[in-house]
Amino acid sequence: MKPTDTSNPDYFHKVVDCQWACPAHTPVPAYIRLIAQGRYSDAYLLNRDSNVFPGILGRVCDRPCEPACRRTRVDGEPVAICRLKRVAADHRDDVTSRLPQKPDQTNGKRIALIGAGPASFTVANDLAPLGYECTIFEKLPEAGGLMRANIPAFRLPEKVLNEELQYILDMGVELKLNSPVSSMKALLDEGWDAVFVGTGAPKGKDLHLPGREEADANIHIGIDWLESVAFEHIDSIGKNVLIIGVGNTAMDCCRTSLRLGAENVKVMARKPRNFFKASEWELEDAEEENIQIVVNHSPKAFVTEHGKLVGMTFELMEYDVDDKGEITGQRIIGEETLPCDDVILAIGQENAFPWIEKDAGIEFGKWDVPVVDEETFESTHEGVFFGGDSAFGPKNIIWAVEHGHQAAISIHRHCQGLGLRDRAPREVELQSAKMGMFEWRYSNAYTAAERREMEHVALVDRFQRLNIEVELGFNAEQIAVEVQRCLNCDVQTVFEAPLCEECDACIDVCPVECLSITPVADSEAELRASLSQPEAPEDQSLYVSNPLPLTGRVMIKDENVCLHCGLCAERCPTSAWDMKEGVIKIPHADDQVETVA
Amino acid sequence: MTSFVKPKIRRLNEPTNGLGKTRADYDGAMSTLCAGCGHDSVTAALARAFYELSTDPKDVVKVSGIGCSSKTTTYFLKDAHGANTVHGRMPSFATGAAAVNKNLTYVGVSGDGDSLSIGLGQMAHAIRRNVDMIYMLENNGVYGLTKGQFSASSDIGSKAKKGATNMLPPIDPAIMALSIGATFVARSFSGDKQQLVSLIKAGIAHRGFALIDVISPCVSFNDHKGSTKSYAHTYQYYHKAVHADYVPPSEEITASYDEGEAMPVELHDGGSILLRKLDKDYDPTNRASAMEKLMQSQQTQEILTGLLYIDESRPAMAEHKKLPETPLHSIPYSKLNPGADALRKLQDEFR
Ligand SMILES: Cc1cc2nc3c(=O)[nH]c(=O)nc-3n(C[C@H](O)[C@H](O)[C@H](O)COP(=O)(O)OP(=O)(O)OC[C@H]3O[C@@H](n4cnc5c(N)ncnc54)[C@H](O)[C@@H]3O)c2cc1C
Ligand SMILES: Cc1ncc(C[n+]2csc(CCOP(=O)(O)OP(=O)(O)O)c2C)c(N)n1
Ligand code: SF4
Ligand code: SF4
Ligand code: SF4
Ligand SMILES: [Mg+2]
Repeated sequence: MKPTDTSNPDYFHKVVDCQWACPAHTPVPAYIRLIAQGRYSDAYLLNRDSNVFPGILGRVCDRPCEPACRRTRVDGEPVAICRLKRVAADHRDDVTSRLPQKPDQTNGKRIALIGAGPASFTVANDLAPLGYECTIFEKLPEAGGLMRANIPAFRLPEKVLNEELQYILDMGVELKLNSPVSSMKALLDEGWDAVFVGTGAPKGKDLHLPGREEADANIHIGIDWLESVAFEHIDSIGKNVLIIGVGNTAMDCCRTSLRLGAENVKVMARKPRNFFKASEWELEDAEEENIQIVVNHSPKAFVTEHGKLVGMTFELMEYDVDDKGEITGQRIIGEETLPCDDVILAIGQENAFPWIEKDAGIEFGKWDVPVVDEETFESTHEGVFFGGDSAFGPKNIIWAVEHGHQAAISIHRHCQGLGLRDRAPREVELQSAKMGMFEWRYSNAYTAAERREMEHVALVDRFQRLNIEVELGFNAEQIAVEVQRCLNCDVQTVFEAPLCEECDACIDVCPVECLSITPVADSEAELRASLSQPEAPEDQSLYVSNPLPLTGRVMIKDENVCLHCGLCAERCPTSAWDMKEGVIKIPHADDQVETVA
Repeated sequence: MTSFVKPKIRRLNEPTNGLGKTRADYDGAMSTLCAGCGHDSVTAALARAFYELSTDPKDVVKVSGIGCSSKTTTYFLKDAHGANTVHGRMPSFATGAAAVNKNLTYVGVSGDGDSLSIGLGQMAHAIRRNVDMIYMLENNGVYGLTKGQFSASSDIGSKAKKGATNMLPPIDPAIMALSIGATFVARSFSGDKQQLVSLIKAGIAHRGFALIDVISPCVSFNDHKGSTKSYAHTYQYYHKAVHADYVPPSEEITASYDEGEAMPVELHDGGSILLRKLDKDYDPTNRASAMEKLMQSQQTQEILTGLLYIDESRPAMAEHKKLPETPLHSIPYSKLNPGADALRKLQDEFR
């Protein structure tokens, strides 16, 4: 096996599991350290550099960082990364003077952004301060995309959303509301320097079963219904409501129904619980509100009486599940009709671009999704870029943000006449964290505390209005403990093979036994077999050093469970191991080498 | 907060032994020795060996004298019994303890100063009595704790940190032990954990006194150029002669070795030690030839390691002294002190 190339910035980046898993690569441990020091504004701004909307995302992010968190492999529960992000946002001071500012002069390049969702706003955030004239066209009367129209205010308060959108508008971005773009060709004719399509995946799926037409008045498409609620076109619903589907949209629909007067809300799932699409925390929050989730019910027909919906018939399903948890067989074992006044369909979203003419020069692939380059986000039409849900189908806000960053880099390069693929590379900057004997620049002690639980507004109080935020945020005690649970994975263990004299001190002191010195092995499999935890997940790296000077053996580090406690570096007599804070530099539009003249 | 405490962590899916204990359950307090000291590796090897043997720490007694090496009993098996005794006097203390309770496992930890200078006579007699214990002689060629004076294991010509040269001949604890009837003599190196752990397990299973002379470099006072007990020197001259694997009674010998290379030694506990001769002409059951090889290696500077000699036939102290099965603390007072009449009767027998 070859020595590990730690000069590849991805090596140390991957060690920071949360940052690696975050689509926008938010430097999580670094902002958690700032929170620990009470530097909330600094933590907020560091977040904002990567994810643009810390206040919003600190509440409703899909948080792919959390299942990835190293802490889950230690005590089973990730650091409450998302909650801490909200802490930074809730406790920040007025940061307006520290945000990227509207430039004195524009560079004369005009960019059209279609759709006022997080994707377009991120592009504007990255480009406006560089001098670009950004104009956002939005068909709805308010900005924010699904964050406004679909994510209910009891999860995401309007004030939080408005504040963070306003930051970007204040950079000199023009927002045109009630302005649907109805022809791509017409827009292209207006001579924009670049066009960004951030129109989302706006079409909710329908369910064509017997009775669908007759019962139409009481059957609602989830995302349209939520939008109508958000814009106050709908303010009530029947007593008995069935939600079809068990994804995150279903969770928002059922909880919103309760706030509009429903008394008995059931979420109907076709499969058993481990096949649900909704995030575990969204399921928990719904169940806390006494939503009943009914499994193994496959919709069969809408039941009507006198032209009005009165119930729905389901086939009762039974599944065969194999050892891997996959379904290998299914059968119908009966039928059940449940009475209801309204049905909300939450079974998925699709892209729809009725306003892009077939001959506009934009190629569409399978299922009518545009052909978009995964690195540059450019369509087959030069200068037309896609991002967010419109690019590759429905994802989430943080992906929309990352698409926006990448599209902004492309647009910047496109407008400067630079190759879209010669993007600035990622880099890692390492700096020793040693302060003295037994003294480190970070809190290296392992804190055994369990994850802090978020407290909620009492059930009796929360349904009075639609916009009572349910989550209360962390209190001082919760903040103080939760920040200590972070293992500081970005404080990297860095090894200098020529200094090692093979005393084994590091190996002996390591509390999780992730180090070893072994003869050079032929393959990674051979090495893994000799580890203290041979069953370590394969997607975790193994570090293999250069040959050691005394015996020619190699130092191996299994990155899987390292706690970044620094004891190896503390015990190493020669400082062959050192703890170094690694800053992973993720380039954005303003980091591209050639900037605007 | 910066910390220098090894945290105890129960990892998910962490391996456990027959008692359901993790490796970390065999740790002790955090070491206060210099970073990089070989003694810490010996400590780690002891913890691992006891973990692998699934020994209950409560059934172990740790005893030591004075020195950096002797301090290390604090750093493993925190739930075991133990005492730090007077400089060089650990063997007598251990002999006494083993005499009153033969059911516990005794681990002596000492240094080259503690064992070969002030405690030489003590160690010799514990060897002669074949006290049932494992004796770790953590050998760094200096008095580490008192800042690096040459010890009695220092080789002729070895240089002190400030440049002085040792002129006195070394005492080789392995040769000395063989010459006075030792039944288990091994040598190892703190840098070879695999070998050390196997030897410790074999030594614990052996009946009688098991000496393991461990080259254990002192990073602070004897790890420089010119020292013959440095890491660099040891790695260079280190030579494995005989490999020994302990096979517990419950397991069958499964590994197959070429004829003539492998040699099982039956132990009194029903288990065995599987010897694997890496030097074909080395016979670890022949005392005279073992001594000869060791003396030859002194001339070539080679550090001969492994299980150098084993004799499972001699009874341990408790057997040849016919010591009671019941520990002293469990024998009723009336039996321990049968009274003035019984004493008079006994005295009459000698008149
Ligand atoms: C019910 C629900 C709950 C969700 N909850 C979460 C959550 O908790 N966390 C999370 O991370 N993600 C969540 N999502 C997903 C997330 O909202 C989206 O992935 C994200 O908003 C996509 O951003 P976008 O910028 O691509 O598009 P969108 O947010 O969809 O914005 C597109 C905008 O374009 C406008 N538009 C469309 N066509 C035109 C046109 N022709 N001309 C002008 N304007 C147009 C639309 O009106 C809309 O305002 C949820 C989605 C739904 C449906
Ligand atoms: C009776 C007595 N004499 C001398 C000393 C001083 N002394 C303390 S440790 C030591 C030598 C220890 O050397 P060694 O056993 O090799 O231990 P190391 O520190 O090298 O591991 C001496 C001479 C003492 N503590 N007690
Ligand atoms: S920082 Fe060093 S000692 Fe601590 S867990 Fe990681 S490898 Fe082990
Ligand atoms: S503690 Fe330092 S010198 Fe010793 S083995 Fe580890 S890296 Fe090498
Ligand atoms: S002085 Fe030498 S023997 Fe003592 S702890 Fe330090 S390195 Fe080990
Ligand atoms: Mg010594």
